[in-house]
Amino acid sequence: MSNKDYLKDISEIKNLMNKSSRFISLSGLSGILAGIYALIGAALTYYLVTTYSYGTLILDGWVFRTVMLILFLVAFFSATTGIFLTTRKAKKNDEKIWDNSSKRLLFNFLIPLIAGGLYILIILSQGKYGQTGGLMLIFYGLALINASKYSIGDIKYLGFIQIILGLIAALYPGFGFWLWVIGFGIMHIVYGTWMHFKYDVK
Amino acid sequence: MSIITNINKLFDHRIRLGIMSVLMVNEFADFNMLKELLGATDGNLASHTKALEKADYILVEKQFIGRKPNTRYSVTKLGKAEFKKHIEALEKLIHKT
Repeated sequence: MSNKDYLKDISEIKNLMNKSSRFISLSGLSGILAGIYALIGAALTYYLVTTYSYGTLILDGWVFRTVMLILFLVAFFSATTGIFLTTRKAKKNDEKIWDNSSKRLLFNFLIPLIAGGLYILIILSQGKYGQTGGLMLIFYGLALINASKYSIGDIKYLGFIQIILGLIAALYPGFGFWLWVIGFGIMHIVYGTWMHFKYDVK
Repeated sequence: MSIITNINKLFDHRIRLGIMSVLMVNEFADFNMLKELLGATDGNLASHTKALEKADYILVEKQFIGRKPNTRYSVTKLGKAEFKKHIEALEKLIHKT
């Protein structure tokens, strides 16, 4: 065998290791859209809270319930857009959408996310809502870092950023809203754009 | 040359190298998963897994999922060590020349 053949062997080994253990068809575009949904949701929330609630959030008013609904809708549309665009990309890459690698990715992504989601709901029900923004950022960051082992490794950097923003939000709860906007809105758009140009446009 | 001796003849085939690569990073893989990843035919894949099994590099478990027979493979300690040696030898060869 010549040198070239050995090199080809090594690159094939690397390729197979990645392909069999990581799900790499995540779409950068879905990150951008998730960021835009978050910004729209945040703008609506800001408008509602400043016009009807005098800038403070009362826990059992209609404004609060609407804000919760907006939050849910942002999460819902982000997830469906993500699934749709990822399916499309997986088809293009000739990768199966529902195989061991994608199952493992989803499972590991959801563990911190669900644990965090339940935790936030529990402390919300206890009336401690000052930390919500920070907690959402921290748990989402942990979910991303956990998932990065089973997908494009780059998403762990987004995870680190979310955790840092979340910790800042914990220190300054007054800025929780704006840090949430930066983390879920702006960072998603920046990151999605970067991923889009790094992996999708070739 | 000591480097040459570390090149394992058993791994000197694309499919076998592929099987080992997949099993190194996965706890286990079943027959169909390997087939899809490597783009091999049934007979071809079966003969290569048999060779690796004979050398005790991989472990073969046959089981039933419902009524369907399912064969799953995992790498043994020996297989892991041999594969690592093989890769290191490959890398050295590339860097040397």
